[in-house]
Amino acid sequence: MISVAIDNKSIGITPVLGCVAFQVGAGETLAVVGPSGVGKTTLLRVLAGLDADFVGQVKVPERRAMVFQEPALLPWRSALQNLTLTTGIDESTAREALGEVGLSDFADRFPGQLSLGQQRRLSLARAFSAAPDMLLMDEPFVSLDVSLVSEMLDLTERLLASRAIATVFVTHAMAEAERLATRIVRLIGNPATLEDVIS
Amino acid sequence: MQPEADLTGNLPVAAISILALIFSWWGLAILNGDPTVLPSPWQVFPLAVSELLSGELLRHLAVTLRRVALAFVIAMAMGVAIGLLMGRSSGTDRWLDPWLIVFLNLPALVVIVLCYLWIGLNEVAAVAAVAINKIPTVVVTIREGTRALDRQLNDVAAIFRMSGWARFWHIILPQLGPYIASAGRSGISLIWKIVLVVEFLGRSDGIGFKIHLYFQLFDVGMVLAYALSFVVVMLAIEGLLVRPWEARATRWRRA
Repeated sequence: MISVAIDNKSIGITPVLGCVAFQVGAGETLAVVGPSGVGKTTLLRVLAGLDADFVGQVKVPERRAMVFQEPALLPWRSALQNLTLTTGIDESTAREALGEVGLSDFADRFPGQLSLGQQRRLSLARAFSAAPDMLLMDEPFVSLDVSLVSEMLDLTERLLASRAIATVFVTHAMAEAERLATRIVRLIGNPATLEDVIS
Repeated sequence: MQPEADLTGNLPVAAISILALIFSWWGLAILNGDPTVLPSPWQVFPLAVSELLSGELLRHLAVTLRRVALAFVIAMAMGVAIGLLMGRSSGTDRWLDPWLIVFLNLPALVVIVLCYLWIGLNEVAAVAAVAINKIPTVVVTIREGTRALDRQLNDVAAIFRMSGWARFWHIILPQLGPYIASAGRSGISLIWKIVLVVEFLGRSDGIGFKIHLYFQLFDVGMVLAYALSFVVVMLAIEGLLVRPWEARATRWRRA
């Protein structure tokens, strides 16, 4: 269960987030939509524990994983090692995880030898390999073409369906939000606050 | 693989370039006409072979190499540690930067003389003097590398709770690899030059000592024989150790 009650969050002297409160239970996916620069990534960084400089309370599970805007892989390690070294899983579990995202034949390739779509799938596999109770996704399908986005959405939907993970999914594409989320909220204003979106 | 292709591809050019250098030297020796001032390569080479066969060259070479290796390891270890610290902490950087500037501008000869005066004419002073001369340049290079570390990969390590050792080994070190290689390469060339000065000034063995000895005898042939033998060894270390390691460490870039 994710429980968020942020009173305010500033970067330097600039207020970014105002009152932001929500809860996400296991197996639920909250999509956060909103214009660029409104503070979506800041909110995710607070949830991820990467930014502790805010006023309020955030309670999140210990086991967490994140899918970044960029694949954020280790370019000097193979696809398989990108799973084992970052998440600590063993090799056979990592091979299963690669198989789950259709990368069985690419275990020994470096990320630079994979297409952007394959790198995104590897990034997704890494996040799910960590067996998280909380998954944060920061516009994970950005800069992919339409058919690849649809393929990635299918894959993410399938991976989420088989696990009870509390997920916060940041996107600027309403179609993506509608596809994956159990609830959609919009981050808007300056400092930003949340409003529910009825889809 | 690309690196091997590069190495073998460069080999004929490097060989021709070195041959051109030897022939230029030969030409200058002929023009000069006085072998006591500038002996030809064909006069120096037999001297080096004779010293090699007598065992004298190898004995002094081993001593100098040991000093180079010790000073290199100390300078790299301390330089990487301090560079990492200064690159990651702006507070430490502000405090240590003036010291760094002082040590960067301290002439090598001053450090050597002071080490001999303060520590004594011994191995510790010799190795310390060389290491102290090199540490600041390693620090500068590694500090730059640390400042350029990918922040997003740090976030990945934090979120997936990688251990401190795993972060250093799999995230920081591969990014610092090119900077360490650069500091190492310039380090070896600088260190062996300083080691020769250290030996010249205050040791009774090593290539620098032999150069000092033959300098006093005005035997240019032997000075060149010892100096060039050591250059050959350092080139071999560069070609057989440094380059293959660098090629392996950066294999992912060419994959």
